[in-house]
Amino acid sequence: MEKNQNKAWLYLLPAILFLAVFMVYPLVDVFIYSFEEGYNSASQTYFGVGTYNYSYVLHDPYFLQAIKNTLILVLITVPLSTGIALLISLGLSAIKPLRKLFQTVYFLPYVTNTLAVGMVFMILFKKTPYTDGFANLLLSFIGAGSIDFIDGPYWAKMLVLCIYTVWIVMPFKILVLTSALASVKEDYYNAARIDGTSKFRIFYKITLPMISPMLFYLVITGFIGAFKAYSDAVAIFGTNLNAAEMNTIVGYIYDMLYGDSGGYPSYASAAAIILFVIVLTITCINLLIRKKYVFNK
Amino acid sequence: MKIILENLTKKYPARGKKGGEVIAVNDFSFEIPDGELIGLLGPSGCGKSTTLNLISGLQKPTGGKIFFGEDDVTELPPEHRGVGLVFQNYALYPHLTVLQNIMFPLENLKGKNKLSKEDMKKRAYDAAKLVQIEDYMERRPSELSGGQQQRVAIARALVKMPRVLLLDEPLSNLDARLRLQTREEIRRIQKETGITTVFVTHDQEEAMSISDRIVVMKDGVVQQIGRPQDVYDDPVNLFVAKFLGTPPIGVYKGEIKGGKLYIGEDAVLSVKKLADRKVYVAIRPEGYIPDAKGALHSTLKGVEVMGRDISILSENSASENPVIRSIISADSKNAVNITEKTVAFALKPHKVFLFDFETEERIPFETV
Repeated sequence: MEKNQNKAWLYLLPAILFLAVFMVYPLVDVFIYSFEEGYNSASQTYFGVGTYNYSYVLHDPYFLQAIKNTLILVLITVPLSTGIALLISLGLSAIKPLRKLFQTVYFLPYVTNTLAVGMVFMILFKKTPYTDGFANLLLSFIGAGSIDFIDGPYWAKMLVLCIYTVWIVMPFKILVLTSALASVKEDYYNAARIDGTSKFRIFYKITLPMISPMLFYLVITGFIGAFKAYSDAVAIFGTNLNAAEMNTIVGYIYDMLYGDSGGYPSYASAAAIILFVIVLTITCINLLIRKKYVFNK
Repeated sequence: MKIILENLTKKYPARGKKGGEVIAVNDFSFEIPDGELIGLLGPSGCGKSTTLNLISGLQKPTGGKIFFGEDDVTELPPEHRGVGLVFQNYALYPHLTVLQNIMFPLENLKGKNKLSKEDMKKRAYDAAKLVQIEDYMERRPSELSGGQQQRVAIARALVKMPRVLLLDEPLSNLDARLRLQTREEIRRIQKETGITTVFVTHDQEEAMSISDRIVVMKDGVVQQIGRPQDVYDDPVNLFVAKFLGTPPIGVYKGEIKGGKLYIGEDAVLSVKKLADRKVYVAIRPEGYIPDAKGALHSTLKGVEVMGRDISILSENSASENPVIRSIISADSKNAVNITEKTVAFALKPHKVFLFDFETEERIPFETV
């Protein structure tokens, strides 16, 4: 037994080393940075230790805007994308002909580059001297006025970002949910049919509980992913997100490090720690809910 | 509720370029009397499960009709047929407790059939008592043994008081001992409820032991229907004779010559009124009498003492079986000398069947 354990540690060693050097050490370092006031990475000096970095970040209107944007994005896109993905997966598992084709089509966004998708969205939504974009073309058909989705009002920009995010995260969710649905044994449905169970009840009482572990996995990873959103906003609104009022928390951290206003690793670290605390809290709440509602084998 | 199957046929369309149409059930007609327990028996792929699915309504026949009593249910979807089905792997909902599983069919009832929560619970407990599972109502299926899960599945099928109970290989997931116990249990429950029951099995012993009637199937075609003992004693063809009985029946290539039945060089029986022809001779294991003056000579391979009786293992060049087992009572164990190389048997004529060499159909015969 003792000998076996030593062996086990030996096998784990490479992974542990990598994690320690590239994960644990930087994490601890960021935590320390966040309390070092006025840290300068060039001279490796700082003025003192305290909570000023946090206080600065939490009072920075750009950061508050980023938090607001991120929260809206999370609260709208996670339930929406999971819900739509579930509907599409149910549809996919119900049809026989062309299923493979549809599966491929739905999976395309997953293998498409973020920035390429951003370009597609430009064509759909961007106003140029020559065209108002495809979305405005549709709006004009129903007689609505033209809206600038990229440089216009806040809600319009948020709408585009949400649609974009939902669209980009959907393929993975569909992939996971279709395989989850396929793993529910046909016999359960047959048994329910014999007993005269209505379609809705079959879904609510059998399908949903059986795929609930996967559903919850998607919700948790969805929350985490949405909190870390950044490249999507860049793809649509460019790199100057603060000006566009479309910055996210991760965007704010990046700007603090490398952006035009950059060179403030202490503020970036403080913001990163705040993000970490938020994500940790939400995930813990999710796990608690999971314990209560999700069926485990 | 009697069940009438009328020319029931299920064909699957050809798949791919090479494959032909597959006929899973071919022209099955049978009237199952009210309150009987029927065993559908056959090797895998013989169409017995398809037949069950056709009765349940999960599959639609390509031809023929199904009646429950006077009602034509052929076009009726499964939920309106009033059948209870127990699946081979039980299909208990793993996220629900035993009580919730048993109550599930009742919660589906609508309109005037709707039950109050108390009534549902009462019915669920009644069903649970019938299968003796009432002490485990709050457990999840994963916390039950295979036999207990089986009972829950039966309770769930019975709780809505179906007109017909269908069981798909109900015992195949149980160990040998539990299988014996559960099959008696199924018989008891069926007798208590008086519900017309059809069950599917590939295990002939299982079918023989509890069925009122058995239906032997092969390649989608019904071979023989009858009371288990009758089918055993009077098989219509070689397949049925070979399929029923453990140890299996011994089959020999034989010949009728001048009113005598020959196995190899041995004239084992005198048969009346049969023209000279080649035949298959099938002899039940209990049809041998060890007798030094007996006509059938085989090479002695060994003797197994099983307690109640003993089986003699022998070889015969005319036999299809690599080893022939003959069962004789333990009292007559001195009749065989183990040191001998050959063993001689006299035969009990009513345990000997003759089959046509080409069609494998039964040939009736009388001994002189």
